[in-house]
Amino acid sequence: MSPAESHALLLDRGSLRRRRRFNRLVDLCASAAALLAVAILLIVVGSVLLKGAGALSWHFLTTPSGLFGDTSGGIANAIVGSAIIVAIAAAMAIPVGILLAIYTTEFAPPLIAHPIRFALDILNGVPTIITGIFVYGLMVAGNKQSAFAASVALAIVMLPIVARTAQEVLSLVPETLREAAHALGIAPWRMITRVTVPTAAGGLVTGSLLAVARVTGETAPIILLSSIVGQGVLTDPSEALASIPYFIFQSSESPSPEAHTQAWAAALILIAFVLLLNVVARAFYARSRKRMEA
Amino acid sequence: MEASALSHPVLRARRNLTDRLGDPLLRGLSGLAAAVALAAIAGIVYEVVHLAGPAISEFGLGFVTNNDWNPVSKRFGAAPFLYGTAVTSLIAIVLATPLSIAISIYLTELAPRRIRRPVATLVDMLAAIPTVILGLWGILVLGPFMRDTIEPALNSVLGFLPIFGGDPSAFGYLTAALILTIMATPIITSVTREVFETVPGDLKEASYALGATRWEMVRQVVLPYSRSGIVGATILGLGRAIGEAIAVAQVIGGASLINASLFHTGGTMAAQIASQFQNSAGLQKASLAYLGLILLIFAVVVNVIARVIVQRGKLRDIDVTPTEAEAL
Repeated sequence: MSPAESHALLLDRGSLRRRRRFNRLVDLCASAAALLAVAILLIVVGSVLLKGAGALSWHFLTTPSGLFGDTSGGIANAIVGSAIIVAIAAAMAIPVGILLAIYTTEFAPPLIAHPIRFALDILNGVPTIITGIFVYGLMVAGNKQSAFAASVALAIVMLPIVARTAQEVLSLVPETLREAAHALGIAPWRMITRVTVPTAAGGLVTGSLLAVARVTGETAPIILLSSIVGQGVLTDPSEALASIPYFIFQSSESPSPEAHTQAWAAALILIAFVLLLNVVARAFYARSRKRMEA
Repeated sequence: MEASALSHPVLRARRNLTDRLGDPLLRGLSGLAAAVALAAIAGIVYEVVHLAGPAISEFGLGFVTNNDWNPVSKRFGAAPFLYGTAVTSLIAIVLATPLSIAISIYLTELAPRRIRRPVATLVDMLAAIPTVILGLWGILVLGPFMRDTIEPALNSVLGFLPIFGGDPSAFGYLTAALILTIMATPIITSVTREVFETVPGDLKEASYALGATRWEMVRQVVLPYSRSGIVGATILGLGRAIGEAIAVAQVIGGASLINASLFHTGGTMAAQIASQFQNSAGLQKASLAYLGLILLIFAVVVNVIARVIVQRGKLRDIDVTPTEAEAL
């Protein structure tokens, strides 16, 4: 639209007062929308806090859950199981994700790097329940459920998150640092391991923490891969292990109010862990950005 | 990237053993990691098709339009779940997109500079809440609220429409759609906000200089400039809504039929897989995998379209020329 046209449009729009009033209305709507989003966050977190805090006790944290329907137990087995499943997933996904990012930012020509980036975005968009079906077909069909299978699925969910953030921070590393390293005649692999990666370390930690936070609450693949569990606190990853998200899912489907209370308490533990990781991850990112820009 | 200094023969000879091993090792390892990601995608497609095989050969393409899901007579069709997925995700997107645009306008144009970042962080945090917890909240807080307050109100005002007819219930399409709205909003917002931030300041100032109010400036400069970004963000949010299994399985009620009333229980593809896969066998399991295949195709197509649109929008930002700016 040319300036003359838009000027004419502004004149045509009637009295200034009406335009101002409409403007205020839009301002109000936009503020209300932001308020609504923040309010929903506070309501959800508040509900979890309010209803979960009462049921939280040392007993709840240190006792394994009983048979289905028995609500006298706690979530010790689920905490241990979740820790094992997520730790194995992280041990697989974080190194692979960072190496992948190194490949696309340091080695691959754009013609290869670009499709890989695209593939990661597609992988990121695959519903996690589908990832669950994949690992089910790969490891569980004709076999039995295992925590390790769940870890593989969660690792696939983590991979694009780790790799994409790592790509982003690696490409933020100042070109001058790379040139300085080249000027010293250093071999590329040394430059990457001694200059590029350490400079980007904060951002790499951020991506990894966000990915861990994301999959700790992931439930869909666990239902298919590690849901039929034995009694007591189990630690063998070749068996199916209990997990916090699955405990919440199962308790939320139960009609009993006691089970619901337990679900809220477990949700409180999970949400506290996830939000804490998010806050720590953001802090790391802010620090690392500042360092690179300095 | 090969450093040019190293190609000199004298320097090359001086490279010690670790360097001669280190370079190809790192290159190989990192290339392998890239291959793992590509293999994962190929593996996902292969396994889902493989598991769905019996259902594909039994029902063929008629699976898509068959609205029967009957484990006893072993007839399975995807229609109720395609309907459920379409209805819940579309409602979610219709609600979440204007909401996200409004939030982004607030965050980029309206909010005092000091509170922009904290509010943006809080909105992002909404995306960090595990979906199983949103589902739990949906069952125990939102569901009863819908049944007792929202749905009776909708019914009394718009009850003549079949979609708002029928008895209010805590579980159903509408509750699921609202949970999906909560999940999609932070995703759409984070993209639209980013796009809004790239709108050149001089365009905005030019609009103000012509006497535009803030809203007129947004409507004439920010929104047209960000159009492709908004569309891409919306489709991205749609992809998220289509694929969500857990929270929807918790609140939609798990009925395998099509209901005109939004208050009624139903099912989506993802939720149906989540609630039946572990307890099914034979043809039913294959049919669930077939649902998974349809869902996978949807998710990939939606994501490809969204990425292409967002990417194109970004490219345009880079080579925005004065003439193009004038055209706005």
